[in-house]
Order: sequence, then structure tokens, then C-alpha cells
Amino acid sequence: MDMHRRSLSAPAGLAGLGLAGPAGAEFALNLPPPATEIAQRIHDLHTLILWICFGIFLVVFVPMFYALWRHRKSRGHAAHDFHENPRLEVAWTVVPVLILIGMAVPSTSVVLAMKDTGASELTVKVTARQWKWEYEYLGTEVRFASNLATPQAQIENREAKGEHYLLEVDRPLVVPTGSKIRLVLTAEDVIHAWWVPAFGVKQDAIPGFVRDAWFRVDAPGTYRGQCAELCGVNHAFMPVVVEAVPPERFAAWLDEQKTARAAVQAASARDYPLAELVERGKAVYAAHCAACHQESGKGLPGAFPALDGSPLVKGPLAAHLAIVLDGKPGTAMQAFAKQLSDLELAAVVSYERNAWGNKTGDGVQPREVAALRK
Amino acid sequence: MDATLAPHAHDEHPSGLARWLTTTNHKDIGTLYLWFSLAMFMFAGALAMVIRAELFQPGLQLVDPMQFNRLTSMHGLLMIFGAIMPAFVGFANWQVPLMIGAPDMAFPRLNNWSFWLLPVAGALLLASFFVPGGALAAGWTMYPPLFMQGGIAYDMTILAVHVLGLSSIMGAINIITTILNLRAPGMTLMKMPLFVWTWLITAYLLVAVMPVLAAVITMLLTDRHFGTHFFNAAGGGDPVMFQHIFWFFGHPEVYIMILPAFGIVSTIIPTFARKKLFGYTSMVYAVSSIALLSFIVWAHHMFTTGMPVAGQLFFMYATMLIAIPTGVKVFNWVATIWRGSLSFETPMLFAVAVVCLFTVGGFSGLVLALVPVDIQLQDTYYVVAHFHYVLFSGAAMSIIGGVYYWLPKWTGHRYDERLGQWHFWLTTIAFNVTFFPMHFLGLAGMPRRIPDYALQFADFNQIASLGGFVLGAAQLLFVYIVVKCVRGGEPAGDKTWDGADTLEWTLPSPPPYHSFTTPPKID
Repeated sequence: MDMHRRSLSAPAGLAGLGLAGPAGAEFALNLPPPATEIAQRIHDLHTLILWICFGIFLVVFVPMFYALWRHRKSRGHAAHDFHENPRLEVAWTVVPVLILIGMAVPSTSVVLAMKDTGASELTVKVTARQWKWEYEYLGTEVRFASNLATPQAQIENREAKGEHYLLEVDRPLVVPTGSKIRLVLTAEDVIHAWWVPAFGVKQDAIPGFVRDAWFRVDAPGTYRGQCAELCGVNHAFMPVVVEAVPPERFAAWLDEQKTARAAVQAASARDYPLAELVERGKAVYAAHCAACHQESGKGLPGAFPALDGSPLVKGPLAAHLAIVLDGKPGTAMQAFAKQLSDLELAAVVSYERNAWGNKTGDGVQPREVAALRK
Repeated sequence: MDATLAPHAHDEHPSGLARWLTTTNHKDIGTLYLWFSLAMFMFAGALAMVIRAELFQPGLQLVDPMQFNRLTSMHGLLMIFGAIMPAFVGFANWQVPLMIGAPDMAFPRLNNWSFWLLPVAGALLLASFFVPGGALAAGWTMYPPLFMQGGIAYDMTILAVHVLGLSSIMGAINIITTILNLRAPGMTLMKMPLFVWTWLITAYLLVAVMPVLAAVITMLLTDRHFGTHFFNAAGGGDPVMFQHIFWFFGHPEVYIMILPAFGIVSTIIPTFARKKLFGYTSMVYAVSSIALLSFIVWAHHMFTTGMPVAGQLFFMYATMLIAIPTGVKVFNWVATIWRGSLSFETPMLFAVAVVCLFTVGGFSGLVLALVPVDIQLQDTYYVVAHFHYVLFSGAAMSIIGGVYYWLPKWTGHRYDERLGQWHFWLTTIAFNVTFFPMHFLGLAGMPRRIPDYALQFADFNQIASLGGFVLGAAQLLFVYIVVKCVRGGEPAGDKTWDGADTLEWTLPSPPPYHSFTTPPKID
């Protein structure tokens, strides 16, 4: 699709008022450029419907505005006395039926294509959690979480906003180009929706149920989207980023992930000094805990408890580990046992026990976490 | 009623607060409903001002994300249940007895109770802002499991919605009974003014679906507190089932909020075209078919939940069918205008704007009916644009037009026509500046219900916010015009509008406290 039809460059007028948004803002008027065949067909369907609506608009409103102008009392127009016309009334019932059939036929064929998730070459399981996506490449051991990468300082206007503000993640979903990718989606807590506009895929991820969707993208590139179903306080901060790479690069990437996974397992097999655990824990905390409990450990009053000074965190180690591993049902506190490695869990718990005002001086080793998993 | 009863004027009633608390008079109760809804309209509108202020620029400026979610949820809930629905019941109270030549509503005491439940529910909802954890932040649609994560305010919301539902059901029963039993002799069903017809059908919709809403929020309540698992997959329940039941209520609810608006527009246009409504019979059938279809389209709110292909196709086709009776109504309005003798007092301006702008909302509805396009646009600002074109420029602007139309009858004074025209143009222009760009935002990929957004959405959000502030300020002018008209003004005369032909215009303005104690003769 050509770019000039899609967007007009930002007029200087608003900038002159001192109101314009930061660079990168644009007056996009239509669906984003399609990257898949389905998105292209949706785009074309939308264009078709828009033209039909525009035609109907003219047919209805040109006569109406003509009458509003010509048949005014102030011009001396006297009212005619008619209030029925069976032939006309039948016509304006039947003609719309025909138009609707004309719309239904192409729509139906796109629906059937969208629903056809068979014969896929790669299946990725997508698990949604408040407020991140987890991707698992079925048939391999590769699994990772994808978090918002935009710094809190940009959101709070303390730093200039980057080009992909709110649409950037730490680890994107990587897929090969030219392959039919099937997504199977579920959620752990509340309903989320995985959406990449350029793919024409939006599918709710529903706790306790599995839904599927598919896409095939041909052009390598980075494609961005967002969670589309209200999922709580950080709903706006749960982007989806997909990186489509040529198949050879994808295969290499997958191997790297497997090697990295083995390294993580090896790293979890030994003990660490407390200071190193705390240091590693700080990074884990920032990625997985700070969205709710905040970097300061003060939480958000009324919504998320503070960890700084928390009796649970400063109390016995077992209870602290239990809530991190298993979560707290009915709240936003997730079970992290499956999400993080033994080392990451040990590190983050050690960090929480020694950060801010919590100077307990004790920590936990990866092997102790591993023992609890059994 | 007893037509042989000797007419004797007894206009005495308690004065002061006792009058309003104990009144069983349809005019008093209609007035109460209308003031209540105006107050809620301004309050929920103020919430929207904060929403637009936060969205003026990317980044978080005024409110934190939790507070933002509370604002959007409560804005929706209060506008629907506090502003639009009570306003239409207020119109029904004032106008149905006057238009069918009845002395009052069929159940005057029930009528009093129906109204006085509203402030109770309103107080509960307002109080919920101040309890620990804050007001409802899970969207007005209350989807579980997110709804389960809320605090005490969520239970208060359930209770408030129950009370509002009770009020609506009783009001609807009262309206149905009044219309079916208290029409003046000679007024057959097919001679009723169209406004009365639309309310009759709306009242049946209310009786049919408000209990469904009551059921589904009760299930939420028992899931929250009594260990049931209706919507909890871990206990064998299904969160999507909530959406099915909710929208089985929710879609007819949409028509509950638009059919009386059609009735108002169908009253105003013939008056100012000085011509009979075109296609009265087909209007009645169109309203009835819209009401019937509303029961079989609910899942079009849920296309992205994932449903069998047959389900998606069925709900798509059924939804598209609604375009036909809706089209018939628009064509009939245009034909009524055609070759009339038109004048453009404020009510007519609003009615014409409703026809145009509601049609725009109808077009975006048609776009959203198509499953593939809906999957792109579901939960984006396109949907926000769509439902404000049908609910603001459809329902709310009809209500405002109706107020201008009947205010002279209700108060005995003409409103300030010059200010009315100003209010119209400010509202219509600001409305379009606010909501038209939202179509583009949705197409470009901006999700709804977010306090912060990517940079590419900044410009249109800024425009929408500026429009929104003007739209909000313009409604202060409306309040001023109404108050000014209530307090005095040029005498309205019995028949304020020369083209009007319904029964209320045969009475003095304002009508006596008890009117039509002897039923008028209809030929």
C-alpha cells in the first residue's frame, strides 16, 4: 500500500500553537499498512464498505440538504400533503437488502480464511499475564516473557519519549518469514487480547481456555501492537512486538535460545555470595515486580502492597518464597515459579529482603528454590 | 379511569420538599427524573473532561492509571444508567399521559418509588469513589475475572445497578400499563403518536432484559463472596459466559437508549416541516423489528473472544439486517422533510443533526458488523467514536432537542431562542471535533481504555481533547438556558409550535396540575 494515501504529514499549524506532540506524531487516517494477506483483505474489505457507505450517504443527504435549503418556510414554501408511497417504501427496503448481500459475500470469505488455522509450520503458545506476554515455542524448550521496555521516567515525563514509546519490549516474539505461524492463546489471571494491527490478528487470551489464531508474514521487519482488552491498571503498558526474520536467521536464533537456556540451568546449579544475589535480584525486580510494587518498594496504596518494611518480606523466608513462587489467587500477584529460573527467583527474593529499609541480612540460594519446586 | 367522574380542579398539594418526596403526579415525577438526569449528565461529563485532559498529551500528567480506569468506567456507567435512561423515563412521565389523553400514569405510587430509588443508587455510586480501593475500574461492562480483583466499591456498584434495574422495570411496567389501558377513547394503537409507540416497545425491552442484567451481576456477587464459580475457569466456570449473558442484556439496552430518541425526532421533524410524518405504519414496524433483532445480535460485541465460524457468521448476518429497519427510519425522516415548509428553531436543528450524525454512527456500525473488520477495530477508539455517534449525537442530542421542544409546554415560558441556537452550533461542532478524529485513531490502532498512548496518536488526541472541552463548556450554557426558562420568559401560548398536532398542545402551558381528568375525544 502506498504511504501517501495512508497518512498526511503533520501540518505545521498545530506546532505553531505549541501544542503538537513530539516528533513521530502523524495524522494516520486509515488502517496500518498490511503485512499479511489477511490484513490486506481486511483492508480492502474496509475500503469497499467505506465507499458503499459514502454512496449511501450521498443518496440520502444530498436530497435532504436540498430540501432543507429549498423547502424552507422563510422562502415561502408551502407544505405538500403526502405521507405514504408504498412503491418507494418497498424500494428502500429491498435495495438495502441487495447491498447488504453484496457486503456479506466478501466478508464471509475473509472470515473463513481467518478461521483456517490448520497446516501451520510453527506453533507458539502465548500466555498472557498482568501485564506481560509469555511466548513458548511448542516442541522446543524455548520460553520467555516479553515486558514493556519503555522506562518509567519517560511515562512520567521526566525523560524525552523515545520513537517507539510504549510499543517496545525487552524480548520480542521472533518468527520466521514465509511460514504459517499458529498462535494458541490463554491467560493466567484476567482476559487480555493479543493484537498486531499489521497482521489483522486480534484474539482474546482467556484464563482457563485456549483459543487460536494464525498469520503468515512475508516481509522481514518489526511489527508492533498492544493488549486490546482492559486488563487492569497497566493495560496501556502491555505491548506486543513481533520480529519477523528470514528462516535461516530464525533457526540460528532458536539455537541460541537453547544454548542460553542451558547456561541458565548451569548457573542455577551453584551457590552465590549474598551481595551478588542482591545485585542480580535488582534487575529481576525491575523487570518483573516494579510495575506494581514500584522501584521504591512502596507499592501503590490501595492497589499494590509495599514491600519496603513489609512484615511478610522481613519475616520467615519460607512464607516469602511461597508467595513469590505460587502467587496469591484473586489478586494481581502471580505465581512466578514457572516464569523465572531458580537463580532469578533466589536473586529477587534475596534482593527484596535486603533492599530499601529491609536489612534482614539473609538470602536464599538457587538450590533451595529448586528443592521447593519438587 | 372513570370518565364519568365530575371534573373538579384540585391543584392543592404539599409544598416544599414534602411535595417532591410524596408526589404521585406524573408531571412532578417527570420533572424529578429530568433534573436527576441533568445532574448526572453534568457529573459524568465532568469525569469525561478529566479523561480528555489526561489524554491531551502522551505520558501521565493528571491521574494515575488506576484513577483513569475508574473515570472511564464510571463515566460510562453513570451516563447510561444515570443520565440517558432516566431522561427518557422523565420524557415518558411528562409526555405519555399528555399525548394519549390520560389523567396520570397507571400506577402513581409505584411511579414515586421508581423515581426515589434513583437517588439511592446514585448516592451509592458516588460514595464508591471514596471507599478503600476506589470506584469501579473494570469498565462499565464489568467483565470478570478482572471484576473479581476489585474492592468493596464493586459490591456497591452491583447493589446500585440492582436498584437502578428495579427502578427501570417498575417504570417500564407502569408505562406499558398506562399506554395499553389509559388511552383516550378513539385513540387506537395505530393512532398513537410515534413517541408513545417507541416507548411502548422500549418498555417491553426493559422488562425483558433488565432481569437478565440482574441475574448476571448476582452471579458476579456470588462468585465474589459465596464461593460459586460461574465465571471462574479454575472451578469449572467460563469467563466468556459472563459476556454472553451481559450482552444479551447489553444489546437490547442499546436500543432502549435509542428508540425513544427516534420517537422524539419523529415528533419534532413533522412539527417543523409542517407536514405529517411520512410512513407512520412502516415506522412502527421498523421500530418493532429493530427491537426483535436486538435479541439475536449480542455476540457481535464478542467477535474477538473466538467463537465457532458458524457463530461469527450468524451474528454478522443478523447484525447487518438491523441496517434495513434503521435505514427505513432515516428514509422516512428525509421524506417527511421533503417538500415540507421548514423552519429551524432549536429543536428542529437538533433533530436534523440527530438524523445526520446518527446515520454516521449507523455507517460505522455497519463497518463494525463485518467480522474481519471488527476484529481489527474491536476495543479501539473506532468503537468509542461509533458509540458516541449513536449515544451522544443519537440519544443525548435527541433528549436535548426534546427538552427545547417541550420546555415551553412544561414551564409556560419560551426558552431563549438565540442562546438555544448558540448551544446547538457549539454542541454540534464541538461534538464532531471531539469524536470524528477518534475514527482515525481507532483505524490507526489506538486501543480504548488507556491512560497513555504511543506518539503517533498524539495529534488527533489533542484535537479531540480541545473539542471535548468546548463540548463540555457548551453544556453549561444548556443548564443556564433551562434554568432561565424555568424562572421566566415570554409566555409560550397553548400551542407554541404551529405545526404541532399532538394532544399536549390542546392544553394550556404549563398544563394544569391534573390534566385530562375528562378524556379528550379522538376521531
